[in-house]
Amino acid sequence: MKTALALTVNGAPAEAQVEPRTSLADFLREALLLTGTNVGCEHGVCGACTVLVDGAPARSCIALAVACDGADVRTIEGLDDDPVAAALREAFAAEHALQCGYCTPGMLVTARDIVTRLPDADEARVREELAGNLCRCTGYVGIVRAILRVLAERKVAR
Amino acid sequence: MKPARFAYEKPKSLAAAIRLLAGGGDKAKLIAGGQSLGPILNFRLAQPELVIDVRTLPELAGVRDEGDAVFLGAATTHAAIEDGRVPDPTRGLLPAVARTIAYRAVRNRGTLGGSLAHADPAADWVNVMALVDAEIVARGPRGERRIRAAQFVRGPLTTTLAADEIITGVRVPKLTARARWGHYKFNRKPGEFAEAIGGVVLDPDRGVGRALVGATGDAPHVVGDAAGLDEPRMRAAVAAAGFAPDTYEHQVHFVALKRAAARAAA
Repeated sequence: MKTALALTVNGAPAEAQVEPRTSLADFLREALLLTGTNVGCEHGVCGACTVLVDGAPARSCIALAVACDGADVRTIEGLDDDPVAAALREAFAAEHALQCGYCTPGMLVTARDIVTRLPDADEARVREELAGNLCRCTGYVGIVRAILRVLAERKVAR
Repeated sequence: MKPARFAYEKPKSLAAAIRLLAGGGDKAKLIAGGQSLGPILNFRLAQPELVIDVRTLPELAGVRDEGDAVFLGAATTHAAIEDGRVPDPTRGLLPAVARTIAYRAVRNRGTLGGSLAHADPAADWVNVMALVDAEIVARGPRGERRIRAAQFVRGPLTTTLAADEIITGVRVPKLTARARWGHYKFNRKPGEFAEAIGGVVLDPDRGVGRALVGATGDAPHVVGDAAGLDEPRMRAAVAAAGFAPDTYEHQVHFVALKRAAARAAA
């Protein structure tokens, strides 16, 4: 039995009939073909699937799509024109904050949350906040540096 | 798609949710933020036939000042507590604990009532609510009742809630101006489930002195008379919580409690 779902994804309305057991991640990837959201552990630990739901980071692998009826969802594809995400992409490239790239969409969504919510975060706080996003390539050093770089840039601009 | 098939209902009132839950028997599960049930569904550890979404029920939202306590609605998220978007009757304890729950993306959706009902022994609210002597408010077909948090957990993932009862919120007593608290959570990595949780609340003007040996693998262990708690009594509390002396688990829980007590005294 399918349930009607209507929500906003990256600023555009999306409507579908979905099985209630469909995760938001599977709905984004398979119904909307937004494959920038990666699925890793599928139990809320690795952070690869992190997207913005009503402006706040959420695990799309353990959020039911039907539970997001009426929500405003933004995926990595919807952050192309976002100035904070743009600064983070540049810093990630400069600081070698990715290798295989699988964790990167979730990392960028979390990094954007850190930079916007905690403008005075130091390295220890950045590392604490990053604990929910696993990267098996970089050892995190480049990711932490990239986020600190954007935090510092924004402090100068303030 | 990983979970087994289930039907989904999103009732508009608490009364309707209780009717659905009572009608569904043990084949029905409530979901709020889904941060505990979601993984369990994905693993197929739970295979309910009906999932009832209570996240946006008006009766589970909001916060009320009740004089000696603050009532926090069950659907209050951990992030709302962390950010101080709801009143804090505990002079900083609840926000400090909330910040250590899982990860921000989980805290944005995970709820106070959902975490309590799930009753993972290593989760934060089942332990800390027992420490502060909060009351869990539940409603079912037979009406409303209050359950003291220290009596709420019967064992791992098992509570005193009846199958047709829904947590509507938690009454958290107000700490007075002279109250002191300390909390220490030991885990290998920030956000993981705790290996040990220690807690101390001293509120002399209310005659309250409580200590917690938490994340025991079972119900939280609370010491009701914790004023002047010294190391031998801490070790006795840890032993009473089920950890034999000279074991790793005993030492981890002892150190967590000792550090919590030191923070309360600082």
